[in-house]
Amino acid sequence: MNAEITGIVLMFLGTILLAVPLGKYIGKVYAGERTWTDRFFNPFDKMIFRLSGINPDKNMNWKQNLAALLTINLAWFFFSMLVLMNMSRLPLNPDANPSMSADLAFNTTVSFVSNTNLQHYSGETGVSYLGQMVLMLFQFISAGAGMAACAIVFFAMREKATPHNSNFYNYFVKSCTRVLLPLSLILAVILLFNGTPMTFKGKSEYVSLQGDTVQVARGPSAAMIAIKQLGTNGGGFFGANSAHPLENPNYITNMAENMSIFLIPVAMLFALGYIIRRKRFAWMVFGVMTIGFLLLLLPAVYYEMKGNPALQQLGIAQPHGSMEGKEIRFGSAASAFWAITTTCTSNGSVNAMHDSLTPLSGMFAMLGMMINAFYGGVGVGFLNFYVFMIIAVFISGLMVGRTPEFLGRKIEAREMKIAAIIALLHPLLILTGTALSSYFYVHHPGAAAGWLNNTGSHGFSEMLYEYTSSAANNGSGFEGLGDNTQFWNISCGIVMLLSRFMPIIGPVAIAGILAAKKYTPESAGTLRTDTGTFGIMVFAVIFIVAALSFFPALALGPIAEFFGMK
Amino acid sequence: MKQHIFPALRLTVVCILLFMGIYPLLVWSIAKAAPASGEGETITLNGRVVGYKLEGQRFTADRYFTGRPSATGYNASLSGGSNKGPSDSAYLTEVRARIDSFLGHNPDIRKENIPSDLVTASGSGLDPDISLQAALVQAARISAVRAIPERSVINLIKEQTDKSINGIQKINVLRINIALDQLK
Repeated sequence: MNAEITGIVLMFLGTILLAVPLGKYIGKVYAGERTWTDRFFNPFDKMIFRLSGINPDKNMNWKQNLAALLTINLAWFFFSMLVLMNMSRLPLNPDANPSMSADLAFNTTVSFVSNTNLQHYSGETGVSYLGQMVLMLFQFISAGAGMAACAIVFFAMREKATPHNSNFYNYFVKSCTRVLLPLSLILAVILLFNGTPMTFKGKSEYVSLQGDTVQVARGPSAAMIAIKQLGTNGGGFFGANSAHPLENPNYITNMAENMSIFLIPVAMLFALGYIIRRKRFAWMVFGVMTIGFLLLLLPAVYYEMKGNPALQQLGIAQPHGSMEGKEIRFGSAASAFWAITTTCTSNGSVNAMHDSLTPLSGMFAMLGMMINAFYGGVGVGFLNFYVFMIIAVFISGLMVGRTPEFLGRKIEAREMKIAAIIALLHPLLILTGTALSSYFYVHHPGAAAGWLNNTGSHGFSEMLYEYTSSAANNGSGFEGLGDNTQFWNISCGIVMLLSRFMPIIGPVAIAGILAAKKYTPESAGTLRTDTGTFGIMVFAVIFIVAALSFFPALALGPIAEFFGMK
Repeated sequence: MKQHIFPALRLTVVCILLFMGIYPLLVWSIAKAAPASGEGETITLNGRVVGYKLEGQRFTADRYFTGRPSATGYNASLSGGSNKGPSDSAYLTEVRARIDSFLGHNPDIRKENIPSDLVTASGSGLDPDISLQAALVQAARISAVRAIPERSVINLIKEQTDKSINGIQKINVLRINIALDQLK
């Protein structure tokens, strides 16, 4: 087999192999069962809870949990705005980088609080080291908040669930200390010993072999790169993200980082199986997600390895596939693999520039974000999938004439309304945003002149990608877009805010309402949700709701570009 | 919401101490044991730093192997790619110009032997490597400019080739150019 393909098969299988035991560990951590890390973390967590004045054993209902989650996010928002708008006056700024404007600070704050990490600034020049550290803080705690929301839903899905049986703070702190922190330390050490810098010194200067004077940006990057991958954050230290040789020095670090991107999202599924004691159900979810993931991955790898047809016509050789925006040390297969894992999981870090992907690969990257539930972001990926399952249960129930029941609890009008709103919010935000920006681009050519880096349908794709990435809390971009303007900062900020919190509030509410209902044990008349048939139903719902609503927009963008190149 | 404000504020302060303080300091102190103490490994020649081991630098002179085109001119303090779509007409004109310029500098090479990595910009603008093919098509030029046998340039290329797990044979441009300067 081609060694480039072997490399990505190894990454995929390796991640699954690690995710199974990690998932069981996460399940035990949330359930409060004994694990081998207790000896160290029990006193540690106890201290955190005491300092914060929190009783982690207090049972809260879904409304109290959501109130806790939203309140702490509000505190984070103000803290981040304060730092980002005053960086030039604060310490740890050896390169004298400026403070952010209000609109850019708003965009960046929302972006990092919402686990998106869309970056309308460039890491080397747009933030101080203190700013980077604040953003790194959010990479931990926004991921922890997403995992905690997911854990609340897990416990509400249990057979014996009651309305008051979870505690947001408990799951949040444990996610951060017992999952994200140790894994980040491991990854950071791997990066350090492969050459990624971790220093508080500013830029250094050298004179090159040919006589050019070169300024080299450095910084405390290894710590941030580790958590940006593990927490499906994606916000890089340097502008070029993980394409940058200091962020991602070689193929080994590329494998370690890429596996970290979807390790926890996959592990959360096995944690689900452990917590609700339904392994088969967890494998059904995993199966549907994996099939969807592979359907996006395989064509993307094929088209990137095949190369750019327009360069073929120029008569040069493309032995390594489409190389625009890619690095030699990764090659086109590993770049395509990264592109699909990072978009499916709402990570958004890149090791190749997505703007330069061949048209259909760019489309599959966008589809990964439009669906946003094939593994998905840490915690929130499953929440999106949960909504699709609720809809699938309801439709299947109608089809066979049974009362729709999900894990022993009746689905009724109220839950369905919430699920439908959440499922439709995503296309609504993306398509409205794209339509507005297209209108503005056409009718105010003066103000929008610097927006697009490409003409024609690819230019349209740049705008579509930006809103898709914002709504999926992904954060990657077709970076040619001139996005540091008030229009983009504010509109993307609003989209990120809505599409972070609505899809958390919705599923937590549904799960909380369901947990308050009477549990009916499964009988012969129950619609089983751990079968292949149900898996196909969920897949069909995802395909119809998520994929087809975007078809017209995709036809104007990447599909038009694809056929235009023939 | 009221009962959550104080726990939220206090927990935020604890998180700041932990994830902005202890965690980065821990990584930073481990970095002291890492290559170059985590400050970025440099390459020194005759007591002078001539580059960073991991980052590419600009080579335009005919006597050196040239690296990949860079959208930022190998600016090591502002990285990035061209962000050009595959069908953009301005982009294709640019690539065509790069091909013509390469053919101008390497008159013995036929167009169909130019590998695309030599005429497409890298993702970071700092790609330190080129593919084996990209080095081989420059061998004739370098041997002519430096008046050394082509055989020894090709041998040098072979010596400098490394192959990573993904099977791509690549050459670090800075390292091979330093070796080239030392070639008798």
